[in-house]
Amino acid sequence: MRIGVLVKQVPATENVKIDEKTGTMIREGVDSELNPLDLHAVEEAVRLKERLGGDAEITVISMGPPQAQKAVKAAIAMGCDGGLLLSDRRFAGSDTLATARTLAAGVKQAGHFDLLLSGERATDGETGQVGPAVGEILNLPVLTFVSAVESFSDGYLTVQRAVEGGHERVQAPLPAMISVVKEINVPRLCTLGGKLRAKKTVIPVLGADDLPLPQEHLGLAGSPTKVVKVSYPQITRSGKKISAVDNPDGAVEAILSLLGARGAV
Amino acid sequence: MNAEYRGVWTLSEVRDGRIHPVSYELLAWGRDLADSLEVPLSAVLLGHNIAEQAGDLIVQGADQVYVVDDLELAHFRPDIWTKTLTALVNRHRPEIFIASATSTGRTVMPVLYVDLETGLTADCTELSIDTKERLLLQTRPAIGGNVMADIKTPFCRPQMCTVRPRSKKPLAADPARTGKVFTESVAPESLSSVIKLLEFLPEKNVGAPLQDAEIIVAGGKGMKKAANFALLEELAGLLGGSVGASRMAVDLNWAPYSSQVGLSGKSVTPKIYIACGISGAVQHLAGMSASDTVIAINSDPEAPIFRVADLAIVGDALEVVPALIGRLKS
Repeated sequence: MRIGVLVKQVPATENVKIDEKTGTMIREGVDSELNPLDLHAVEEAVRLKERLGGDAEITVISMGPPQAQKAVKAAIAMGCDGGLLLSDRRFAGSDTLATARTLAAGVKQAGHFDLLLSGERATDGETGQVGPAVGEILNLPVLTFVSAVESFSDGYLTVQRAVEGGHERVQAPLPAMISVVKEINVPRLCTLGGKLRAKKTVIPVLGADDLPLPQEHLGLAGSPTKVVKVSYPQITRSGKKISAVDNPDGAVEAILSLLGARGAV
Repeated sequence: MNAEYRGVWTLSEVRDGRIHPVSYELLAWGRDLADSLEVPLSAVLLGHNIAEQAGDLIVQGADQVYVVDDLELAHFRPDIWTKTLTALVNRHRPEIFIASATSTGRTVMPVLYVDLETGLTADCTELSIDTKERLLLQTRPAIGGNVMADIKTPFCRPQMCTVRPRSKKPLAADPARTGKVFTESVAPESLSSVIKLLEFLPEKNVGAPLQDAEIIVAGGKGMKKAANFALLEELAGLLGGSVGASRMAVDLNWAPYSSQVGLSGKSVTPKIYIACGISGAVQHLAGMSASDTVIAINSDPEAPIFRVADLAIVGDALEVVPALIGRLKS
């Protein structure tokens, strides 16, 4: 059984900067981390391997600058077996389609997988499009918003999907692509042993020339969407401030009158 | 080649056999775009036994409805939705195709745009037309709402995006509106799915799903313990709203993940958001600051939540909320 996990290195969200000219993120000099929502995909992969009595091999696959190796290693430290980094200046400026095409090509290069996992979305771009798109490019059934993997055997996968108003129990044949939500599990902390193993693991790096992709599918040129402007909104409201300590009745009264004005009571 | 693509499409959503109101919000978005471009607005309606509801989409602003009514489409499954929509798009060639950023929209659109080899922009909060270039201008927040990006899809068609639910009101229903309903058929292989829906397990949580709620009463660390969330449920019940929570409250198991608002939870835009004992970390503000009206109750006068509040109550939520409940009951 082979399991692939797609991960992304993201800037720690508090200190993000944007290049106003290109509309893309400035990654240099900003602290990075493994996308917090990807931790759940990594954890689920490791749990599936444990369920299979260890009879599985987990490969972490990422696209990013050379330093994204750190994110791949962070996943290996949690219990994945190996990694693959797709890194090339020609990948820069990729939108979700170009990213998905590149990742799908990388996955293919890494061989057959019975199951691919991704997080629900990355906390920087917040699109949630790349995982499902990779699944479709590879012609796999795509199950999104997965909140539980019920069974994973005999060529079938049964999962629960978190949707509006409840959960769907859904079955699909393997191989398949799933994107998981945060509620699926609590990611483990990596052990010292895991960290040491990750440190020793060599992460192969593939560039544009190593992937069977036409030039016109790569990077900025291969991206149908173009960021034309970036702005920094300042959402502030100059609301009325009332102290419930000095004036408890006035505070409740103010809430009631605002609720009334908005037609809520 | 782009000139062959004309018209604006919206993807309707059906839940429990009825057209869901997000479909009408999409028509309000689409109407503006179609009028700017002087093209028809069409709603796509996939489902089973739903054809007779197509007229509702006309009443709510559509000029045309494309219906595919088939037993296989009774429940959403991404593979056959994609195949059916690909067939319809290739047949009729709309220049714009929008869906709601619901679990369905955020699943089918990222699969569909791969097959159509075009661009897709997620979770837009504003859409307009650049009439000079005849292009859709898609505006979306990114990086926790710290950045707004304007995005275009200049060379590929259709221009596709999802829009955040509840970010626009449906148009007033106009029973006098007329339009055309087209019953479409697709090849049988387009309706053959490998995915099986086994069962639907409804949330035991009372109230509307968080993204649909008009009023959200949310709690954070200032609620002090899980049992105090009962106060929020009582208040939400009295106001006809739903209960939300900060990440901290969810991490402490005071509330389920499905109620988490913020960067690693849900983005919500209710009419009224009442934040109780939530300090307002950037990650939380990202998920709720676009609400119409924000009322915040927090004991720290410097809490960041007050920066986005229309009404800031400095005080202990555990005193203010019970007092409010008392007044609402009397």
